[in-house]
Amino acid sequence: MDQAEKSKTETINGAHVNGQSGKSGRLDVLKTYKIYIDGKFPRTESGRYYILNDKSGNTLANICQSSRKDFREAVVAARKAQPGWTGKSAYNRSQILYRIAEMLEGRRAQFVDELTKQGSTTAQAENEVSLSVDRLVYYAGWCDKYQQVFSAVNPVESSHFNFSVAEPTGVVSALSPENYGLIGLVSVIAPAVAGGNTIIVLASSEKPLCAVTFGEVINSSDVPGGVVNLLTGYRSELISHFANHMDVNAIVYCDDVQEEISKVKELSAMNVKRAVVYKDDNWMKESSHNGYRIMDLQEIKTTWHPIGQ
Amino acid sequence: MAKTKSKKNVAIKFDTDWKYDPAPESKDHIRLQESYDLFINGEFSKPSSGKYFETINPANEKKLAMVADANEKDVDRAVTSARTAYDKTWSKMPAKERGKYIYRIARIMQERARELAVIESMDGGKAIRESRDVDVPLAAAHFFYYAGWADKVKYAVPGASAKPLGVAGQIIPWNFPLLMAAWKIAPALAAGNTVVLKPAETTPLTALKLAEIIRDADLPPGVVNIITGAGATGAALVNHPGIDKIAFTGSTDVGKIIQKAIAGTNKKYTLELGGKAANIIFEDAAIDQAVEGIINGIFFNQGHVCCAGSRLFIQESVAKKVIRKLKDRMETLIVGDPLDKNTDIGAINSKMQLDKIKQYLKIGVNEGGEMFQTSCSVPSKGFWCKPTLFTNVSQSSRIVQEEIFGPVLAIQTFRTVEEVIEKANNIPYGLSGGVWTDKGSKIFKVTSALRAGVVWANTYNKFDPTSPFGGYKESGVGREGGLHGLMPYLEVEHN
Repeated sequence: MDQAEKSKTETINGAHVNGQSGKSGRLDVLKTYKIYIDGKFPRTESGRYYILNDKSGNTLANICQSSRKDFREAVVAARKAQPGWTGKSAYNRSQILYRIAEMLEGRRAQFVDELTKQGSTTAQAENEVSLSVDRLVYYAGWCDKYQQVFSAVNPVESSHFNFSVAEPTGVVSALSPENYGLIGLVSVIAPAVAGGNTIIVLASSEKPLCAVTFGEVINSSDVPGGVVNLLTGYRSELISHFANHMDVNAIVYCDDVQEEISKVKELSAMNVKRAVVYKDDNWMKESSHNGYRIMDLQEIKTTWHPIGQ
Repeated sequence: MAKTKSKKNVAIKFDTDWKYDPAPESKDHIRLQESYDLFINGEFSKPSSGKYFETINPANEKKLAMVADANEKDVDRAVTSARTAYDKTWSKMPAKERGKYIYRIARIMQERARELAVIESMDGGKAIRESRDVDVPLAAAHFFYYAGWADKVKYAVPGASAKPLGVAGQIIPWNFPLLMAAWKIAPALAAGNTVVLKPAETTPLTALKLAEIIRDADLPPGVVNIITGAGATGAALVNHPGIDKIAFTGSTDVGKIIQKAIAGTNKKYTLELGGKAANIIFEDAAIDQAVEGIINGIFFNQGHVCCAGSRLFIQESVAKKVIRKLKDRMETLIVGDPLDKNTDIGAINSKMQLDKIKQYLKIGVNEGGEMFQTSCSVPSKGFWCKPTLFTNVSQSSRIVQEEIFGPVLAIQTFRTVEEVIEKANNIPYGLSGGVWTDKGSKIFKVTSALRAGVVWANTYNKFDPTSPFGGYKESGVGREGGLHGLMPYLEVEHN
């Protein structure tokens, strides 16, 4: 609520960037933008940062320039959290995803504010936040349904009961879309965690503000630490590490830069990592969410048992 | 049972009273040519290199036929023919007609089943009982199953629509030559793709017989092209720009090379790679049944099975008993002429593979493992390996961590469910696994905890066209068989 009011006041006053005081004469308390690993908010272990500016060149924030070590720590956290997260009932995961949507809805103004700071019009920003909330609700609904839609009981010829179910691929690294601050994050995180995976996401380096704030949303939504980990930094620096880590089972790449796609796929071969590429140029479209995006990060396990012996 | 029990000597000597006379399957009805050309665009044509290589019978090292060696030009010709067939014929044909062609293939395979089985055993070394009862009927069943999918694809993609990918390049291994060809070709055709298939260089003959069947089924020219050759031919196929999808079954090493090779392209891929399955036997299992399952798990097809149960975990309390029973049962296994209907274990597929197995036996012994081999005799000609097991191995032993692809079982023991799950999963592979216990809740605990694509509970090495097969982790990407095996040949579209 505070945030919403503050943002409203700031918009009215027209003073909007970090580093300046509002016109009320009161000095704003600025937020330190951190990363989110294992349910905690550290700064990068490297101590490095990059300066995020708005269109007019004003400094918005000092953003963590995450290192390979940050990523590796996030992988350890994600691996540790994975069995527990998969082990939760689908109903429970569904409620937690819905809870993320609720928390995001409640902090709309803050996200609209950050998106506009990073170049969106207010209408665009409103739209993006609304769709992000809705997309979370959409995937919340999938949690206890994709199994029914995509699994199978197989009519084998011999006298066996045989069934195939979907299980999470495991730990997923993701390079979220560069040109979206929020919907891109939601679009890669939601299907992965709905399906019981844990994830490490690199935020857009041009629009990283929402990632940090989204970490706060997740942190207050009963999502266990380590299930979602958010890093900020440079894609060019981290892409190889995201793709070649031996304890990551799948990588999601968003955007359409051929050189990056080739690199991701090539390095994925080191441990036969699943390389999932989404070339969507418009993440606001309906087609950017569907049940198949959950299945892209699932394995099919088939179990046999004799009947009647 | 009670009357045979003697406290002094509990071991049952299976091999004392059982004599088997030779019962060879006849070879007179099979038709083999002296040499085989490449099957491209509906007809057999000579390779542009003019080169041929030998394929031999691994049970006696005699030449069976000469087979064309396809080079880049031939690969290009095959891919072009597949592309033309895709554009002009196959993708335009009503789906139900496509399905009917696939049904035809299934039927003709059934008609020629015996010939196919004999050739499969001669070319690959596998026991005739297995090629007759498993490989060939399953291959035909695969075509039969996928034929019916051709005009029902929209039911495979709920909430979306789908179209074929185009031309599929398919590379298959030598352990189940005809069956793997069926696994690859049937779903590809049903989904509306055309294919170029390359069988393994040591076992090309049944794929070439399949080419004859496909020709006889009047499939439009170019829909299926079958080209023979070794690694270079495979590489040319993988790297050909006209390919939309690669389907590969083989080793994890080669799978990684392929994944890397096509990284810069938009080619889709499925990979069925190596495995090192844990077969887990609990103290409350039906032990005799489990012993049969373990034997089948590791010695089926000479252990040339990617999903072979090559790591056995026995709960400590029954370890002695199980190992004794295993050794007894192993002694009864008949190793020899693949064409003999009594043979359990045929010939190792090639000299190269035999050398690799022998090398692992050495490694196992050098690492401190205790090796047991059965006392059977093996023929002097040909490639043979006696059924082998290792005890006293540890989780880090190479024969525990690496795929041997032969009749070699590595045995470890465990105490608790948690321990065995941890050990079973502590490996880069994740293709298959087995669990033996009479307790239902334990079955579900273990089968759901195993990170593997196929899990057999109180059974092992069962296959069916309707049952998806494929690995987790470094054992591969994608599934073959069943509804899930159709998906990798479809482009799902969202509107």
